[in-house]
Amino acid sequence: MNLSLNDVKRIADLAYIEIDENQAEATLAQLSSIFNMIETMQSVDASAIEPMSHSQSVSQRLREDIVTESDQRALFQSIAPQVQEGLYLVPQVIE
Amino acid sequence: MLNASLKELSKQLAEKKLSSVELTSFFLQRIKTLNPDYNAFITINEEMSLAQAINADKMLAVGEGGPLTGIPIAQKDIFCAKGWLTTCGSKMLSNFISPYDAGVIERFNLAGAVNIGKTNMDEFAMGSSNETSYYGIVKNPWDTKAVPGGSSGGAACAVAARLAPAATGTDTGGSIRQPAALCGISGIKPTYGLVSRYGMIAFASSLDQAGPMAKSAEDLALLLNVMVGFDARDSTSLQRAQEDYTSSLERPLSGLRIGLPKEYFAKGMSQDVENAIDKALAEYRKLGAETVEVVLPNAPLSIPVYYVLAPAEASSNLSRFDGVRYGYRAESYSGLADMYRKSRAEGFGPEVKRRILIGTYVLSHGYYDAYYIKAQKLRRLIAQDFAEAYRQCDVIMGPTTPTVAFNLGEKSADPIQMYLSDIYTSAANLTGMPAMSIPIGFGEKNRPVGLHIIGNYFKETQLLNIANQYQRVTDWHLKSAV
Repeated sequence: MNLSLNDVKRIADLAYIEIDENQAEATLAQLSSIFNMIETMQSVDASAIEPMSHSQSVSQRLREDIVTESDQRALFQSIAPQVQEGLYLVPQVIE
Repeated sequence: MLNASLKELSKQLAEKKLSSVELTSFFLQRIKTLNPDYNAFITINEEMSLAQAINADKMLAVGEGGPLTGIPIAQKDIFCAKGWLTTCGSKMLSNFISPYDAGVIERFNLAGAVNIGKTNMDEFAMGSSNETSYYGIVKNPWDTKAVPGGSSGGAACAVAARLAPAATGTDTGGSIRQPAALCGISGIKPTYGLVSRYGMIAFASSLDQAGPMAKSAEDLALLLNVMVGFDARDSTSLQRAQEDYTSSLERPLSGLRIGLPKEYFAKGMSQDVENAIDKALAEYRKLGAETVEVVLPNAPLSIPVYYVLAPAEASSNLSRFDGVRYGYRAESYSGLADMYRKSRAEGFGPEVKRRILIGTYVLSHGYYDAYYIKAQKLRRLIAQDFAEAYRQCDVIMGPTTPTVAFNLGEKSADPIQMYLSDIYTSAANLTGMPAMSIPIGFGEKNRPVGLHIIGNYFKETQLLNIANQYQRVTDWHLKSAV
């Protein structure tokens, strides 16, 4: 497969990582060689195989719908970049 | 104190010949003197370590100590520890004082162990040389021109340089076993699901597993006894009866069938590593084991499969770092999306960004089936190979790494060469099987060689038995780099 410069910019955009022209070009070269290595996967026919997402096939545990967490808002917000009156501050998104 | 086993230290503590405060101060002093040479630790907090030591001495005074009470343990900086700076090797978390304890840290605290400091690591555990850490490279104590391996490079270095009696690591593609091999120590990655992932900063959730790193198999067994246990806060934690991992250390090995995968001995292994492996296998035959050839036809696919699945899971896990609730936020930005983009561009290093981009791509529309689902199918084929092999043998052995430790800087510009360091180790993560590395001698430039021992699910006790029997008749694990 051939990765283009536009692909790199598109995935950086999807991943919310700022990337400039020079970085995009360097990244393109690296990702292309990594994907060439990954392509060796396509040499094996696995169409009849079930995908394996986890090594142990266990089902999701359920629990009673009761409150288990105590309020630690002040503690958790003490390490936030910017808070005000118990709220996390971000740049304005609504005019 | 320097070379003592955990059992010996525990005995001295119980008999009051030594206090935890003395032992802790001894290692803190060593770290202060020697860490500038190695950079094995990111954070030391004397006050907190000594407070734990004082508590441990109180437990010991009233006879309430267990095997690890009062013993200093170096904790990988991937484990959240309340009140401790927890960076995961990243600028992104350079200001993150954890408000809570990871499951693993809780268990060590309950056992009365002392957190002696947080060890250096590849950023978000992504690397095989510890060179991606934002906090600088770590040096291999056997040869400071060499890498210590990664991602648990600080942990391996700390044990090898005797800056701590033992350490914790995590292993997503080989991050306990590869640095253990390159630094000449012992390390085990347990079966997936045995050790809680709660509070262990996530890289690839279906592969990540924590485990101990120490001088010997006996030490590993004592550490595993504390680390393993069900945790409801980890959705893939397994509920099983508690095992005593020290219970079979002394069992003789006669009749043990060791499988040697044809693919692992075919090509790629350097001559010095092969020589050391041959000698170790000869030792096992003397101990009564027999070796049989097995095949793992899909083993060569481990690296490509791993480099689809791990980045895919990483891209999802690392989306939480957005500069809003914790961690790094860019200085200046024009709006919310720009704040995300700049915070992530500035907070993550090049290897982490590379893997996020790979993961984002393989999960994106139109490529999901061709890459992600295909890799999951091959993952099952790899697991089936191992299941088939275990019909003919009890455990599988081979080299942990294709070569001894490479030089600092040698592979840092070539991601693919770096990725191939984990060629033998990543299959155990993909399958979820337990695997360990033990030191078996030295190769080129007098750098250590590790033997890789892979077992079937939940066979940790057997692996530790097999490793301990070797260590009873050899002394490679007693050799010290310092």
